[in-house]
Amino acid sequence: MAGSGTAHLRDRADALLRVEHLVVEFPAAGRGRKVHAVSDVSLDVLPGETLGLVGESGCGKSTLGRAVMQLPRPTSGSVRFGGQELTALKGEPLRRLRPQMQMIFQDPISSLNPRRRVGDIVAEPLAVWRSGQSHGDVQAAVRAVLADVGLDYDTAADRLPHQFSGGQCQRISIARALVLEPKLLVCDEPVSALDVSVQAQILNLLEDMKARYGLTMLFIAHDLAVVKSISDRVAVMYLGKLCEVAPSDGLYDAPTHPYTAALLASIPVPNPEVRPGVGGGTLSNDLPSPIDPPSGCRFRTRCPRAGQRCAEEEPVLRHCGDDHWVACHFPVGKLGQALSHTGPDAMAD
Amino acid sequence: MKPVLLDVAGLSTTFPTGRGPLIALDDVSLSLDRGRTLGLVGESGSGKTVLARSIMGLLPAHAHRQGHVWFEGQDLAALSPRDLRDIWGREIAMVFQDPMTSLNPVMKVGRQITESLRHHLRMGKDEARTAAVDLLDSVGIPEPKRRADEYPHQLSGGMRQRVTIAIALACWPKLLLADEPTTALDVTVQSQILDLLQAKQAERSMAMILVTHDLGVVAGRTNEIAVMYAGRIVERADTATLFAETRMPYTESLLASIPRVERPSHTRLQAIAGRPPDLVTRPGGCRFAPRCPYAQPRCAEEEPPLLPAPTPGHTFACWYPVGTPAGDEALARNTASNEASNKAADRAADGR
Repeated sequence: MAGSGTAHLRDRADALLRVEHLVVEFPAAGRGRKVHAVSDVSLDVLPGETLGLVGESGCGKSTLGRAVMQLPRPTSGSVRFGGQELTALKGEPLRRLRPQMQMIFQDPISSLNPRRRVGDIVAEPLAVWRSGQSHGDVQAAVRAVLADVGLDYDTAADRLPHQFSGGQCQRISIARALVLEPKLLVCDEPVSALDVSVQAQILNLLEDMKARYGLTMLFIAHDLAVVKSISDRVAVMYLGKLCEVAPSDGLYDAPTHPYTAALLASIPVPNPEVRPGVGGGTLSNDLPSPIDPPSGCRFRTRCPRAGQRCAEEEPVLRHCGDDHWVACHFPVGKLGQALSHTGPDAMAD
Repeated sequence: MKPVLLDVAGLSTTFPTGRGPLIALDDVSLSLDRGRTLGLVGESGSGKTVLARSIMGLLPAHAHRQGHVWFEGQDLAALSPRDLRDIWGREIAMVFQDPMTSLNPVMKVGRQITESLRHHLRMGKDEARTAAVDLLDSVGIPEPKRRADEYPHQLSGGMRQRVTIAIALACWPKLLLADEPTTALDVTVQSQILDLLQAKQAERSMAMILVTHDLGVVAGRTNEIAVMYAGRIVERADTATLFAETRMPYTESLLASIPRVERPSHTRLQAIAGRPPDLVTRPGGCRFAPRCPYAQPRCAEEEPPLLPAPTPGHTFACWYPVGTPAGDEALARNTASNEASNKAADRAADGR
């Protein structure tokens, strides 16, 4: 995997969010050394769609989510939101767009100010953006959004974040993000700090809120089962590059990149008859350093199928099935076989 | 005949709070034989970590522990901290959730391993160093010689957890307590670490208690499972039996809340409504009743005891067990009354 390309992007006019050739680099210790966090990634999200972004820690998925929000700005590349080029905007015009793009974070407790009351935390975005509103209107809006996320204003508003469980704090974060009725919600590992039982509550809540508020979501997580459950389309990321992009069900039915297959194989299955790790070949060792990524395909150092070509030539995303795209010279599974039969580049265009 | 390896009898642990005593662990009994693996499963706050720490004797000074922890016929609960020091690391070892905070950040990882080798096994400096490098190698750390001279921050999360496992295994303990060893890790690393623990457990025929909130983690990797809720064990069985003949509604709900990759996307998850009870002001009756889809009036009044099921070794605490006529009837009754109240609510809404 670990490929570039834009063939998987859809019609420009349709997308709410369109990221092209995005590069994010950070300076590293040592002269001229850089962390290649995101390297030439292109993505799009249609209105009302949930795009799942999945990969291991350190693959650049959170950096990509933050670069979309221009926090910090990407090193190069384009981020278009609702037809506006965000990377060209600065100051007040960019700030004006921010209410339409909101974010929720992994650690629900540290993302809330511990010394402020829940009612004030959720009202703060309104105080910033609708400062003319009367106290009564603000309170009504906060009451409504807290009710939407399953909290009661009268018991919750005067309490502090530490008086709530992790799951409830995540509900408060969601309320704070939704109070401005954004178009795009970027969720950065919103359930990975939660128990499975609470995780299910929050995933259901996000589905409900997506329907009620007409949200478009970028959902970032490392657990493919979670991502598949909530997303329409999934992009698999590895060391700053995309491996595979496909509709959620298609990705599970026919994983075509060896990395996707390995991710699927490492999901724990709640069935004692399934031997863990059998059939997919789980991954050995760790992610290579993004300071000095491998040449060619970045996954080749951990890939069971890597050959000479993988070190020399970087694979480009190519079409392999129904809206299914893969960046691999030696793809696996039924779609991969079909691709090999037609010749490596026959379907590239 | 040798006594069973671990026999916990009537263990309770209480923490004083400003509002009164918090009963984190309430009269828990369980036993584990040599070379067996037990999965201890439950939500945050169910008491699974407190149980592991109560077995170990690693509780804060203000905690109050009652009951017995028989380890090879010796009651650990009666030992002084000084005597426990000969047990910790040597007989029973522990792997914690967060590998960053359980390692000493200012000590090279090699020395963190040789510490216990030199103390417990009275090894010389060079002998311990060689053993430490071998241990790092055996837990799958590449270039173990070089890594032994590094500090924890120079290692990735998965590597750090491998180091804590190497430390735990150093003195060949008979029992390993692994408290959420993979919760802080990625799924790919999680499966590597679980594979490693399983391999070491089998290779050394060591007993292991694997604490987790995810039934998926323990499904293929344990001999038996105990499910905890609000400080008690509510179901216990061989792993295959627990999945095939689930009786406790809580176990069923925990299983149903796991997102399954084989289901189509946007399949609604079966979340467990509500939250675990407050362990200070806990009301009487079954602790799971307020969240239970099977709950009947009796559940709010009488707490069900942990009773044996027909399958040997299977116990559960429920008046209306899943998959029995009583349970089916209770569920059907609740479903019907929910529908009726929904209809009434709809009529009320239409009337307005």
